[in-house]
Amino acid sequence: MARQPGNILSEPAVPKRAPAHAGGSPARDEEGAVARMLRFPGLDPQPSDPLTDSARRSDVDEWGRSERARRLARRLGGFYYRRWFRVEWEGLGNIPTTGGALIVANHAGALPSDAPMIMHGVESEIGRPVYGLADSFFRTIPVVGTGWSRAGGVPAHPDNAHRILHDHQQLALAFPEGTKGPSKLVSERYQLRRFGRGGFVETAMRAGVPVVPIAVIGAEESMPILLRLPAAAKTLGVPYLPVTANHLIFGPVLGSVLYLPAKFRFRVLEPVHFGEAAGQAKYPRGKIMEEAEAIRQQLQEAVFDMLAHRRSIWFG
Amino acid sequence: MGRRILLTGLDTFWGGRVAAALERDPGVEMLLGMGSGAPSVALERTEYVRADSSYSLLSRIVQATQVDTIVHTFLVVDSSSMSGRALHEINVIGTMNLLAAAGATGSSVRQVVVKSSSLVYGSHPADPVWFTEDTPRSRPARSRLERSLIEVESYVRDFAEENPRVTVSLLRFANVLGREIRTPISRNLARGVMPCIGGFDPLIQFVAEDDVVRCFETVVLEPIGGTYNVAGDGRIPVSEVARIAGVWRLPISPFFTRQVAAPLIRLGVLDLPGELETLLRYGRGIDTTRLKAAGFEFSTTSAGAVERYAEISRLDRVIGDTQRYTYDADVEAFFKHSPAVVRPT
Repeated sequence: MARQPGNILSEPAVPKRAPAHAGGSPARDEEGAVARMLRFPGLDPQPSDPLTDSARRSDVDEWGRSERARRLARRLGGFYYRRWFRVEWEGLGNIPTTGGALIVANHAGALPSDAPMIMHGVESEIGRPVYGLADSFFRTIPVVGTGWSRAGGVPAHPDNAHRILHDHQQLALAFPEGTKGPSKLVSERYQLRRFGRGGFVETAMRAGVPVVPIAVIGAEESMPILLRLPAAAKTLGVPYLPVTANHLIFGPVLGSVLYLPAKFRFRVLEPVHFGEAAGQAKYPRGKIMEEAEAIRQQLQEAVFDMLAHRRSIWFG
Repeated sequence: MGRRILLTGLDTFWGGRVAAALERDPGVEMLLGMGSGAPSVALERTEYVRADSSYSLLSRIVQATQVDTIVHTFLVVDSSSMSGRALHEINVIGTMNLLAAAGATGSSVRQVVVKSSSLVYGSHPADPVWFTEDTPRSRPARSRLERSLIEVESYVRDFAEENPRVTVSLLRFANVLGREIRTPISRNLARGVMPCIGGFDPLIQFVAEDDVVRCFETVVLEPIGGTYNVAGDGRIPVSEVARIAGVWRLPISPFFTRQVAAPLIRLGVLDLPGELETLLRYGRGIDTTRLKAAGFEFSTTSAGAVERYAEISRLDRVIGDTQRYTYDADVEAFFKHSPAVVRPT
């Protein structure tokens, strides 16, 4: 009589979601085209889509993104991208134009400016959305957490990354250093920290996508940390509480949000393929650590090389 | 031989509505409902037994009636309605007794359906956007309600392991909205406010009352075992819930939230149990792919459930709550058992 043997322990194996299809009809207006491209194609045909569900009153999708918020973020990001940090790319062709890929980069600046710049840059140069995986700590801050989510940020969780990379075949951005990167003092700048426990490699292996490392210079100097206040950070429950050069120049309030106009350079390295079958439950820990360390080495060398060629912090 | 079904919580929305749906099915031979109070829904042929909430009577009933299915809907998922101790008694001890009766030697029970809640996943900043049935919680449960539900689920899993011949289904429902059910969210909406935590606008899910009932119906009548998430498609921001329902948003300070909310709760302006507070801060998403793959189709989305609720409450405000049913034992006994009543054979 039962369709399934009555065992709650052996769950029926169900495919998570159909693979995403590259979608979107050719559009004339550029804004509309970008907007369509930036949606998860695989998610859209659902009845819950804010565009088709008649009960909906806002354009916030099930991941928390809102196209209106993203438009605002694009405008703001565009200003910083072109005028403030004057971003320049090398090796842009290494970013895949189709399929999922996990972008990893070195992380810097008290309030990291590299994440929005990479996201905005890839989006405007290649026309592919990048989903920034941010520490879940962001979600606990009022306004900031919600704003980040509306603008396209996703909490860093292996499941979320897997859905983006594997199920939707999109680009995701992660910083394997975690908070250890942006909490560095100015004297330790460009010294890459440990790449966590290599979780990003495992996530990419499981999703069957390559890792694309990007070396970043400039972010360290956009908000350099002079001093850390560990006791105050502990009291406030934040990962770190910095005193930055920006604080000294612009004061305690403006200095927390205004960046110094350092020149940004991004160098995209060759995509790293792991040659492991996707979708396994476990991957050899040794291999994960080895690959993570190799990627860290590569990034560190690229950063040093770029620094050797940099003539000025502000003009590149 | 038709199905013989025992249902718990007949006096609640869950049990009453599910019984009303199941008794329409000709394949159901006998339907027996238990409850600590009288049923709140008019029922055609469901037998009603009054029982204390911990079901000490249950093993005798199961043996005497030879039921093949137990539908356990009487689990409290709203902590503001009772004390922690009563909650533990009903959820944990009640389920324990129920499963003991179902698993007794020579038991006729072949299917057990247990209602649970998406509360078992909790709500935490480190949560994934979507919980599948196998995703563990991010942090151990703190609230008594969540702890009791987790305990209940572990008993259910143990039962499933010990009784491989019994089809066990565990249904985890998102926030239910509808005409009859009273939840902290619906009580707030009925007062014309949607509380929110200042600076937070997380995504939450709803499931319509009708879909809840249909889901039980599906799982009972074409037995499917396993754990299933039940929620309407999509996730909607709390601010949008207020907009769809046409109520005011009531922002509460994100710091010292409990202290700020306490006097408002006392005054009856809003209802904010601890579980709702964390939900309104971080939201939650449960993935219903498995239930849909098993063949269930939702009649509406999360937003649709809120809209449906808004329409019903607008209507009720105009015409009043006219269709209240009151149970009268003599009348029910007459219709069910008197030889004077002509019954179709």
